[in-house]
Order: sequence, then structure tokens, then C-alpha cells
Amino acid sequence: MSAAAMTFGVVQFPGSNCDFDAYHALRRVMNRPTVMLWHKDHDLRGVDCVVLPGGFAYGDYLRVGAIARFSPLMQEVRAFARAGGRVLGICNGFQVLLELGLLPGAMLRNKDLKFLCQHVHIRVEDARTDFTRAAKKGQVLRIPIAHFDGNYYAPPRALRDLERNGQVVFRYCDADGAVTAEANVNGSLAAIAGIRNRAGNVLGLMPHPERAAEAVLGSEDGRTIFESLILSVERRPRTRRTAEAKARP
Amino acid sequence: MRVRILVSFKDSVLDPQGQTVKNALHTLGYDAVRDVRQGKVFELELEGATRKEAEALVPEIARRVLANPIIEKFDWEILKGR
Repeated sequence: MSAAAMTFGVVQFPGSNCDFDAYHALRRVMNRPTVMLWHKDHDLRGVDCVVLPGGFAYGDYLRVGAIARFSPLMQEVRAFARAGGRVLGICNGFQVLLELGLLPGAMLRNKDLKFLCQHVHIRVEDARTDFTRAAKKGQVLRIPIAHFDGNYYAPPRALRDLERNGQVVFRYCDADGAVTAEANVNGSLAAIAGIRNRAGNVLGLMPHPERAAEAVLGSEDGRTIFESLILSVERRPRTRRTAEAKARP
Repeated sequence: MRVRILVSFKDSVLDPQGQTVKNALHTLGYDAVRDVRQGKVFELELEGATRKEAEALVPEIARRVLANPIIEKFDWEILKGR
């Protein structure tokens, strides 16, 4: 019980709508100190991990995530990430990370031009990252998606680099873990559902782990990502006993 | 000065909206339509800019904000003014 509890900051843009879902998952479910960070501020308040939540930042006008990247706080997030700080982008947050240039590639409209709101399966391609170390390689997670623009695209050379450097962390798959055209519901290149940066401290994914963090929501698989992050900072296995000891009175 | 900027997908990027419009046109019997690419149009009113200034400013705005260079290209023209 030496290390301090990991702290999280959830960024709020005008149009974010999963900010309190993320807060709930981190503060109440994972039981870690969590603050909200306003997009106009310049201060990350010393958090260990910045979470960019889902939603429609700035109405997604122009392009998804395109305006959000110019907000004052995002300049701090960029510097934080370049200095090795952990950043997790969920759905719209992933789109903002792409626009910001912290992750390579871009999002196109879903292949069938439909807003997709459903549970999907994603396969953990690498269980050594700070975002997946509580999982096993090849493990299948059941987590919901809710997006219009999740059709991941990267130019051929960028895609080659992603694969070569093992930066593809999650791929859409079926319930048995097979990557099929049918399971790749939005048409993403190489069935990509989530990628990390080269250094491994920034991850973006389209599925919403915060919506799959409690059994009452139909799946707890999303917790794996938060547990991994906590493990990577607190450096100790999160046993039931420590979880209970940390529970609020 | 008023300028018009046209942003569209690069030829190498699939444009599912353009494809859907193309299919609709075919359904309506416009068989002559071979391909459709959909894009966005921006009209900017520039305060007191000379042509030379516009030639530096407009591409910068287009590259930095209006288009995502990974998937999109842009063209622009002067509509009004010198």
C-alpha cells in the first residue's frame, strides 16, 4: 500500500456526452480519484491519465474532432502526451487524438452510412501495453460502440508502420475472436478498433469501455482497460482485498 | 475579397456518400454518370487582403483547418475582389 492511487482527469468539451459515464466508471466503479477538466483551462491538475470521452465535441462541425483539437486544454494534453503522460481517447476522444496528430490516420463515415449503436467484440492484439496488461493476448472483449464516423483509415505507408510496430491494439472480431468482414461493422481498415502511439502512452479506441464497466450494463469487459491503466501506474496487482480496502465508507 | 474553397476526398480514399449518390442517380436512369465525389464548399470573406496575401493565407487555412490532409484535398478560387 505504498504507491498513491492513480488519478484521472476527464476532459469536457461543449458537446461531450460520455464525460459523466467516464467519471462514474473511474470514480465509482474503479474507485480512483477523478476530476473533470474544462476544455478552456490550461491546467491538467496533476492527473496521471487524461481521458478524452465520447460525444460530439463542438458539435463535430467541420469534421469529427476537428475543432476540439484547437482548444486551449488540448495544447496541454499534447505536451503531456509528448512527455509520456497517459492519454486514453474513447470514440470522439479517439477522433480528437487523430485530428491532434497524437495518433496516425483519420476516420471516415461508416461503410454503410449508418450510425451504429450496438455491442461488438474486439480482440486484444497486444496485452503488454499500459492499456491492456490486465488482459490476455487474443482475449475477446464485448463492448458497445456508438458512432457514425468510425471507419478507420490510414494511408498505406502509415498502416504498414502501425502493423510493423505492433500499434494495433484492438481489432473487431466475432464472439470467437475471428476477424471477419462481417464483424468489422464500420468497415475499418484492417478491422482496426483501437491503436496506440509508438511510445505506447496514448491509446484511442472506438468502443466505449465506460459503458461496459458493470454487470448491470450487460458487460464488465471494459473494466479491463481501466484496470490495466491502474496496474501500469500503481504497479501492483489489484486484488480483491486492495479493492475492498480502497472502497469508500 | 471573397474566396471559395472546395474540400473533397483524395482519389485514393473511398467516398461512401458519393457512391450512394451515384447509385441513386443510376436508379433514376442517369446511366451516363460514371462516378460521384462528394465534398464541402466554404466561402470566406477576407478583410482587406490582396491577391498575394490571399494566395498565402487561403492554402494555409485550408491545410490547417478546413481539410484533413490525410484524407482530403482542396481547391480554391477568388469569387470577388482583386
